Amino acid sequence: MSGLPTETDGGPALGRFADNLKRIPRRFLETMFRGGRPDSDRGRSNFVFQNVFLHLHSVRTHRWSLKWSTTWGLGMITLGSFLVTVVTGVLLMFYYKPYPDVAYQSIKDIHFVVPTGHFLRNIHRWAANIMVVGVLLHMARVFFTASYRKPREFNWVIGMLLLPVTLGLSFTGYLLPWDQLAYWAITIGANIAQSPREVTDALGITQQFDPGGLQKLILLGSDEVGEEALIRFYLLHVLILPLVLCFLVAVHFWRVRKDGGLARPADVDVRLPPPERRTFPVFTEAPAKTYSLAAVVKSRTPAVGNPPENTVPSMPHLFYAEAAVFMLTIFLCVLLSLFIDAPLKEIANPLVPENPAKAPWYFLGLQELVAHSAFMGGIGIPMITLLGLALIPYLDREKAGTGLWFGGSGGGRLVAMSAAYGLAAVLVVEAVAIRFGWLQQWWPGCPQLLIILLNPGTVLTVLYGIWSVWVVKRFDSTRAGALGLFACFMAGFIVLTVVGTWFRGPNWEFYWSPSQWPGH
Amino acid sequence: MSQEPKPSATPSRLDPELTARRDFLGTAATTLACGTCGFALLGSARLPKVAVLPSASKKFKVVLPPSLLPGQPFVPPGRSVAIFKDGDSVHAISTICTHLGCVVKPVESGFDCPCHGSRFAANGDVVRGPAPKALAWLSVSSAGGGAVLVDEGKVVPAGTKVSV
Repeated sequence: MSGLPTETDGGPALGRFADNLKRIPRRFLETMFRGGRPDSDRGRSNFVFQNVFLHLHSVRTHRWSLKWSTTWGLGMITLGSFLVTVVTGVLLMFYYKPYPDVAYQSIKDIHFVVPTGHFLRNIHRWAANIMVVGVLLHMARVFFTASYRKPREFNWVIGMLLLPVTLGLSFTGYLLPWDQLAYWAITIGANIAQSPREVTDALGITQQFDPGGLQKLILLGSDEVGEEALIRFYLLHVLILPLVLCFLVAVHFWRVRKDGGLARPADVDVRLPPPERRTFPVFTEAPAKTYSLAAVVKSRTPAVGNPPENTVPSMPHLFYAEAAVFMLTIFLCVLLSLFIDAPLKEIANPLVPENPAKAPWYFLGLQELVAHSAFMGGIGIPMITLLGLALIPYLDREKAGTGLWFGGSGGGRLVAMSAAYGLAAVLVVEAVAIRFGWLQQWWPGCPQLLIILLNPGTVLTVLYGIWSVWVVKRFDSTRAGALGLFACFMAGFIVLTVVGTWFRGPNWEFYWSPSQWPGH
Repeated sequence: MSQEPKPSATPSRLDPELTARRDFLGTAATTLACGTCGFALLGSARLPKVAVLPSASKKFKVVLPPSLLPGQPFVPPGRSVAIFKDGDSVHAISTICTHLGCVVKPVESGFDCPCHGSRFAANGDVVRGPAPKALAWLSVSSAGGGAVLVDEGKVVPAGTKVSV
């Protein structure tokens, strides 16, 4: 282009060349931004719309979506902690060697020798934990604000896939250090995969039909936890599951946009206080026609049929909020990593189990159930729960309360009542199982099928089911039943996890405190 | 159908073709393409299932210590098997818990599992849950010279004792 007559500067070619050379930094900056630097509301909106990374956001965001109490930033915390695990995880891969014994030594190297290795491993571990907490709380938020309703049903189902993938990522990472904790947690995990055998054995058809054995064989690549298992878990952890997660997350975010942003109540304009003085609406009256962006977005968008008075430009308002949550996530990871180290026990010993052998905390609720029936606790009840959760948006087709905390029939009082019932039920069932034992102790030699059908986990599930059916009748509302069931399961999950984490000692016996554990 | 639609003299180009030839070809091609990919994927899915177990041999030879008392378990170093000798008769019981694969510990009354509290009698029977079935009895044979050959991979009916 240089030398064309349209160039502003005349003069000899050499002079123009020198001029162009001088202007490179400035022109380079200009070329980075398609359509000029974003320095007005209009320019910034255009910038968000045109930018490959930012156009995931809508140009304008509803003020309801920006209220802290709408989301508490939980989805962003989950995404942020995932990004932190990706960065720290890739860095850890520089030194980690996925081979038994060598793996343990390499983790020790990372902890004691590698510059910043100790710190990065801690951050990786804490970010993973925060991600699990974030996913669970995010799910609870979407549920309690009834945000899964039309047109967001499918996105809720995607979320139900993201939950096990997140847990799987965390669990596969658990084996990699190849220490006692890892080895025995994975042994138990692999045998849970094999636990359908409990049913096929009871029916006497394991010889012909053995899905449990096949699952374990494929998971471990062998009949015991060894080098094949480590390679497989490594592959799952660093490649397969992250890819699956990214794929699902892409669909998840895309649908958030296409389903019209965050759910909000029908009378949102009445509920919102007047905008701040310095927020300027783009349109002074309802637009006569929808603008091009809105035309491709379904449902109540910033513009279709509504005046866009309650939206603000995403840049900077939404971006500030996202950045703030992201910074908070990083701050939490770093703070926790400074004070609490990621655990590393002695090197894995296939002959001496860790006693007690505990899975990561978010599986300890299940381990509490597994201590009665491996199949029901490890596979049956989790599957029933996930399936039940996934079906919620297709069963609750009501309209009332969408976008509001504890919205719909019953509301907050019902949730409190259900949580109390759920708490009481789980405490009674646990207390009976701990104090008096269960079927196997009362009736030695009782058929295994009976134990599979009748154990604390299934009893609890049925008790919760009965409650929710009663609530559906009492309030004449499916939403009320869903609220009741969700609150019950939350109470159950928390109590079982707490008991599994703090009140179970050697031989999975109940102890009020770890200080009472016998020496072993 | 009381009234037959009148056949128009010149069919419009917008009218659907009588035989949707293109539809058929298109559907057939799509089905074939999807089927091929599906079969290829299905075939590749066999890869993760190992054809040969990579774990070490399950058979091992061991000489029982002469001081071994009847009813006292002998666990060879590095193995998850308890061997009992009563006079001439010998039997071996796997110490891998039938619940979730932890290694049970021989105790006075039999075996205790550290992971979820299963308890077994000295003959491997379940005394306390959650183990769904008794500990496996393993194949034992005489290897000559006072040694026995144990096969951890071969389960025998409970109560099978071998004289050596």
